[in-house]
This record gives sequence, structure tokens and C-alpha cells, in this order.
Amino acid sequence: MSRVESGAGAEKPRHKPSRGPRVAMPERPAAERAQDFDEVPLGYTEEMAHAEAMRCIQCKNPTCIDGCPVNIDIKSFIAHMIDRDYPAAVSVLKERNALPAICGRVCPQEEQCEIVCVLARKGEPVAIGRLERWLGDYDLACELEGRCVPEVAPATGMRAAIVGSGPAGLACAGELARLGNAVTIFESLHATGGVLTYGIPEFRLPLDIVEAEIDLLAQMGVEIVTDAVIGATYTLDELLGEEGFDTVFIGAGAGLPVFLGIPGENLNGVYSANEYLTRVNLMRAYEFPHADTPVARGRKVAVVGGGNVAMDAARTALRLGAEEVFLVYRRTEDEMPARKEEVHHAAEEGVAFKMLCSPVEILGREGFVTGLVANRMELGEPDESGRRAPVCVMGSEFEIECDTVIIAVGTRANPLVLQAAPGLELSSRGYILTDDDGATNLPGVYAGGDIVTGAATVIEAMGAGKKSARAMDRWMRERG
Amino acid sequence: MFPIVHTRRLSDAVFEMGVEAPRIARKARAGQFLILRADEAGERIPLTFSDWSAEEGWIRFIFMQVGKTTHKLSHLEVGDSLADVVGPLGVPTYTDDLGRVAVVGGGVGAAVAYPVARAMAEAGAEVTVILGARTADLLILREEFEALPVRLQIVTDDGSVGEKALVTAPLKRLCEEGAIDHAMAIGPAIMMKFCAETTREFGVPTTVSLNPIMVDGTGMCGACRVTVGGETKFGCVDGPDFDGHAVDFEELMSRQRVYNEEEREADAEYARGCRCHE
Ligand SMILES: Cc1cc2nc3c(=O)[nH]c(=O)nc-3n(C[C@H](O)[C@H](O)[C@H](O)COP(=O)(O)OP(=O)(O)OC[C@H]3O[C@@H](n4cnc5c(N)ncnc54)[C@H](O)[C@@H]3O)c2cc1C
Ligand SMILES: Cc1cc2nc3c(=O)[nH]c(=O)nc-3n(C[C@H](O)[C@H](O)[C@H](O)COP(=O)(O)OP(=O)(O)OC[C@H]3O[C@@H](n4cnc5c(N)ncnc54)[C@H](O)[C@@H]3O)c2cc1C
Ligand code: SF4
Ligand code: FES
Repeated sequence: MSRVESGAGAEKPRHKPSRGPRVAMPERPAAERAQDFDEVPLGYTEEMAHAEAMRCIQCKNPTCIDGCPVNIDIKSFIAHMIDRDYPAAVSVLKERNALPAICGRVCPQEEQCEIVCVLARKGEPVAIGRLERWLGDYDLACELEGRCVPEVAPATGMRAAIVGSGPAGLACAGELARLGNAVTIFESLHATGGVLTYGIPEFRLPLDIVEAEIDLLAQMGVEIVTDAVIGATYTLDELLGEEGFDTVFIGAGAGLPVFLGIPGENLNGVYSANEYLTRVNLMRAYEFPHADTPVARGRKVAVVGGGNVAMDAARTALRLGAEEVFLVYRRTEDEMPARKEEVHHAAEEGVAFKMLCSPVEILGREGFVTGLVANRMELGEPDESGRRAPVCVMGSEFEIECDTVIIAVGTRANPLVLQAAPGLELSSRGYILTDDDGATNLPGVYAGGDIVTGAATVIEAMGAGKKSARAMDRWMRERG
Repeated sequence: MFPIVHTRRLSDAVFEMGVEAPRIARKARAGQFLILRADEAGERIPLTFSDWSAEEGWIRFIFMQVGKTTHKLSHLEVGDSLADVVGPLGVPTYTDDLGRVAVVGGGVGAAVAYPVARAMAEAGAEVTVILGARTADLLILREEFEALPVRLQIVTDDGSVGEKALVTAPLKRLCEEGAIDHAMAIGPAIMMKFCAETTREFGVPTTVSLNPIMVDGTGMCGACRVTVGGETKFGCVDGPDFDGHAVDFEELMSRQRVYNEEEREADAEYARGCRCHE
């Protein structure tokens, strides 16, 4: 080893950081990609990844790590990349994040680790997300060749049930299995992955990546039962009683779509983003009539909202052949909660932004949508979220002609959860109340992800699942 | 996979199917439904439990062939399997303390009316079943109903069996006689609408079992929105049973038609390659 040979200092030679610009990630041209559902960014090559890693200055106080919701040791995985020791880099990454290929694609790095990267003070931060994505893909490529199934501890004889197979449930299952527990995931849909499968479209997160990660869990011995609704097919009491589980984790997500409550909302052609995306992603309506599930292929589509979900719906509508897609949002582009990258992609592909517009009515003829009436807004004083609140401009109503309206203004907790366990303590908004470890008021019952926090992010859901897993493992061991 | 353990043709276009699904059979209650996918490319469609056995671990449903999925199902046999069956979904039909109740089953709605009438009778209600069909050949489950402790009145549009009338005629008579405290109507939306209109003037509370288009069946998508008493409800989790006097049936019927064109296209394409034409 060169380190030993280098004698007294025994310090790893400090690399000479590159002063080059942030390495761009190749993307498919907007005109081409807006025609299909294949992934938009193509990812780095090894040389690009290495060149980008070389930009990291390996800070003494690496601020990036605090920016990461699960505190990945970013500095250290980049150091291994600089040395081209990719398996070691993957190990560091996987200590904290079981699904790097997914997070590398969907995490809002620009407001987490990258925004606090030291380099961001004077210029462009290290493209941490792109490096993570590249490492995740590197790892998946190995796994496909039958390597790196994480080591599983000796069997504890304990059994854990996981409700929901979204990122929270998957992360919880993976960690519990690694610690030697027998794990069964119960999923109400016919497919696993939660929002990763039915919500986030394939042009952002290809399904085979989600499937590969879930396969890995199966290889670790995790059992997956689809078509099982907790609260209907089984109750929580049954899982902990006759089904013989020692502990249960609830990662049921926040799947109940919110509507606007304006006239015309039940016209044909009005969708919740959840329904629209589920029809297309989960039920593959874009292959209709080959796949059996239809979806309206609107000519002019209005999407209401400004988050990632709205961007996904708008870009999906384009891919289904819409001539025009409008994004209708109450505030301005600066206030949109969607990732900048997604806003940029949507604009590039031809989504038209109608900012400072608030829908008041949906118009229709013979049961089908013909237009959307909106009010113009202007920005007033900042509200409690710190964003400037939109206020209505009197008498500013105008009509947008459209045949499809997609409502993407948020989701709430699904009341089915309460049906699963009537004794479970919920917040006033229906989310499950837990302590820091995800423990609920019921002994042995834990919860995490969107069903606790409300709609949040993939990495936060995963972080919560993993944290709960450790607490559940301790709980089972203590109880014996 | 869910193995098919029973099939029976009840009329030209109506079929009964039994599936091994012990988990679901333990929980099923009258008025609840399941969602199935016939195969991997299949649509998720809701069908109501017509019967089940917790002991033997099977469930049954009855479907009318109206489009691609039900067409596919009609060709499946014992030994084949369904890709997915999930349930029981929806709120069970309320059956307690109903007193004297009329259960109206129109067309394939008879399949749903059967377990409902049975459960109501078991709960002590005095049940009159009004079974309606266009013609004798389309009348289903007659023997099954005859075996229940209920009064049975049969009507057909053409009078080929029973009274020549619509289901609303005997329903109205029962109302006029003051012979019922409650009504339950199950069938096509238009029939449920007229049943509700019939009972309204007599102030007889009337429950209807709605069948909006669904996707997940668990409250996740809102495809199943119905307006009841001016409020939007989700058919799959708030229903399928609602107060018939408060339901906006025009909206329901309009929403059921949303994919008519696509559905015709899908079934036409499927039929071209299908065994029916062998
Ligand atoms: C369209 C869209 C785009 C998004 N884009 C991003 C993004 O770019 N970056 C990002 O970080 N986040 C994004 N998010 C948010 C992110 O996906 C969620 O925060 C995350 O998926 C939450 O994970 P979860 O495991 O808590 O729940 P979910 O992913 O919602 O999974 C819950 C699972 O539980 C199942 N379930 C529910 N009830 C039951 C029951 N009773 N019994 C059995 N199973 C049940 C559900 O079917 C589902 O599969 C997006 C969300 C959407 C909808
Ligand atoms: C709660 C509930 C219970 C039902 N119970 C029964 C039953 O016991 N027996 C029975 O024969 N039918 C029942 N239906 C109706 C049944 O679901 C439809 O006939 C079936 O989905 C038709 O599918 P298809 O592909 O064969 O026909 P398609 O050609 O796709 O559709 C024919 C018609 O069926 C309706 N339909 C289509 N797709 C759906 C869908 N995903 N969900 C609901 N309706 C749809 C539409 O109104 C459409 O016009 C029920 C529906 C609901 C909502
Ligand atoms: S803050 Fe930026 S430069 Fe410093 S270690 Fe982290 S990624 Fe590298
Ligand atoms: S079917 Fe999706 S919410 Fe009812």
C-alpha cells in the first residue's frame, strides 16, 4: 500500500482540488425527451464523476454533512471517489442511505447539502447529488451481477411487520432485516415502491431502479405481501396478535388528494395529480389500449400547483401528446416549492407558466371540462411561511381554455390509517403522533415518513424508517 | 396470484366467479367490494362480494360482461388465476334495526342485493326483495333469493316472468301501503335514481349502492368522487352506500361515461384477438 510506503507522514497525499467549473450532467434534448417516458438526465460517466469529485476541497469542517437530512459522510465518500475506490465510496454512502440511486435522482440537494457546501459561498457547490447518483448506479450495476447483498446479522427470531412499501417502509425493512429480524412488508396496491412507483414518473426515476432496490430487500429475506390493506385485510391488532409480529412500522404515506373546493371540480377531465399520475405510472395508461387503463389525453391541459407533483403532472401531460400545458400557480416562480431543476426542465420542454393566478371555477359542457376561470393575484406581505402571500386583484377574472385540469395542491393523511388502529394517537390534521424514534402511543407500534410529517421528501421518509428500525430492534431485544 | 375455484354462467352476459382468497373471506361483509386485476396489464376494477366462506377460504362475485376486463374474466376457468384481488373495501351495508325494508336489485344489482338481503334478514329485518330485469333470461339468482327468509317480488320490463313493470312500481305500492320503514336500491344509476325519487315523497329513507369509476379503492386518487348533499365524497372509502335522497345522480352518470370512447376501443381491439370468434 502506498500509504505505508510513504513512511513517517502516513497521511494520505492531499489531492490538488480542481478549479474547473461544475461538471454538467448530459441530458436528452428537450424536443426529443418530451415525446417519451425515458429518463431525462443521462448521468455522469466515470471520468465526469471523477472530475467533479476532484473539485471538492475536503474541508476540515465539511458543512455539507449537516445539510444532509441523514448526515451522509459526504466528505469521506468523495475522498474515496478521488482515490477511485468506488466500492469504499458506496459503503460510506450506504451507511446512511440505503437507496442512493433513488435519492441521487430525487433529493432536493440544491437546498440540502449543496447549498451549504463551502464552495457555494464563492461559486458553484460540488454536484453532490450527481456524484451520489453515479455511485448509486455504479452499485446497482454490481448488484445486478449478483454482488453486494448487505450482510445480514444472525437471526434474532423476532418478526416485524411493515405497513406500506414507500421509501419509509423500504428503509425500515432493510435495516430491520440487516439486524437479523424476519420482516414482512404489507402493501395495499398491487405494486411496491409507494410514491416512487405510482407518483414520480419514469422520466425522472426509472422503474427498474426502484425494482432493483426492492429486489435487494427480497434477497435479504424480506417478504413482500401486496394486495393487503391494513385496516381492511388485516387490522393492526391482528398483526400483533394472531399473525405473530412483535412490532409494526406504519409507513402509509399521505396519499389523500386535496381538491380546491371550487365549482365544476367533478367535471369529466378534472383529475387529482394522484389519479393522473397513478393511471399513467402505475397502470401504464400511456400504453393504452395495450394496457387496459385509460387516461384522458388532453389537448390543452391546465395543472394547478407549483410543487414537484405539479411539474411531474405537467410534464406527463406533454408526453401524452398535449398541445399546450399551462401551470397555474398562485404565487411566482420564486416561491414555487418544486426543485429548480424540475422547473427548468418543465419550462425547457414547453410547459407555459401562468403565475399569480388562482382558480375560482372550472367550466364545462355536457359534463366535460372546457375551461378554467382564474383570478389574477399580486404578492402582499410575507405570511407565516415567510413567503409573500398572494392577494386577489379585484375584478381580474379571466378564462383559460382547456379540456383537462389536474389539481396538484397537496395531499393529506388517509383516514384508513385510523381504521387500522382506532387507539392510535393522531394530530389534529390526522397525522400519526410519534416521539423522536418514531414510537407511537401504542406499545411496539412505530411510524414514519409522510404519515407522520405530512408530505415531505424521499430522504426524510427513508431516514425516519431507518431510525425507527433501530428503535424497533432495541424494543424487541429488550422485551426478549 | 388468486386461483379461480368456481365459475358459473348466470345469463347470456352475467357470470359468477369464485376465487380462493382466505384473508379476504375472513373479513368480507355484505355491501363491501373487492378490486381485481385479471392479469399484469389489467385494469383495476371493483366488483361487489356476492358470497363468501370464511371457513373454506373463498369469495364470490358476479359480473356483467360490459367491456374489456369483464370480457377477459368471462373466458377464465377453474384452474386459471387472477393477478390481484384486494379487499374487503368500502363500508359494509348498515343492516341493524331496519324494521321493514325493501331491497331492490335491478339487473346485475341482484348480485349485490343477495348478500345484503341475507344480512338484513339475519339481523332481524322483515325483508321484501324486488328483483327486476329486462326479460326472464336476464333474471339472476332467483333460486338463491327464494331460499332466503324474505318476500320476493319479481318484475320484468316485458312481463316474461313476474309482473310486467319497472322495479319502481312494487316499490311505490309498498310505500303507499306504509309497509316499509326503509329501502335499499342496488342497480344501474338510473334505476337507483328513480327508486330514490319514488320513496322521497313518502319520506322512506333510502340507501343506494353507488358504482363510480375507481382506481385504487382506498381513498388515494379521488376518481370515485360523488356529490352527496352538496358535498364531495369518495365512493370507495365513504361509500359505496349513500343516502339516495341526497345523491347527485346526474353527475354520477356523467362521470361513469367519461371513458366510453376509450373503453369501446379497448374492448374492440381485445375482441378481435379473442376466443369468442373461434
Ligand atoms: C408526484 C410526486 C413527486 C415527488 N417528487 C419528489 C422528489 O423529487 N423528491 C423528493 O424527495 N420527494 C418527492 N416527493 C415526495 C416523496 O415521494 C414522499 O415524501 C415519500 O414518498 C414519502 O414516503 P413514505 O414511505 O412515507 O410514503 P409513500 O411513498 O406514500 O408510500 C406509502 C405506501 O403505503 C401504502 N399504504 C397506504 N396505506 C396502506 C395501508 N392501509 N395498508 C397497506 N399499505 C398502505 C401505499 O400504497 C404506498 O405504497 C414526490 C411526491 C409525489 C407524489
Ligand atoms: C363499488 C362498485 C361495485 C361494483 N360491483 C359490481 C358487481 O358486483 N357486478 C358488476 O357486474 N359490476 C360491478 N361494478 C361495475 C364494474 O366495476 C364495471 O362494470 C367494470 O369496471 C367494467 O369494466 P370493463 O373493463 O369490463 O368495462 P369498461 O368498458 O372498462 O367499462 C364499462 C363501464 O363500466 C364502468 N367502469 C369502467 N371502469 C371502471 C372502474 N375502474 N371502476 C368502476 N367502474 C368502471 C364505466 O361506467 C364504464 O362505462 C361495480 C362498481 C363499483 C364502483
Ligand atoms: S462542503 Fe463542499 S467542498 Fe467541503 S467537503 Fe463538503 S462537498 Fe467538499
Ligand atoms: S377509487 Fe381512488 S379514491 Fe376512491
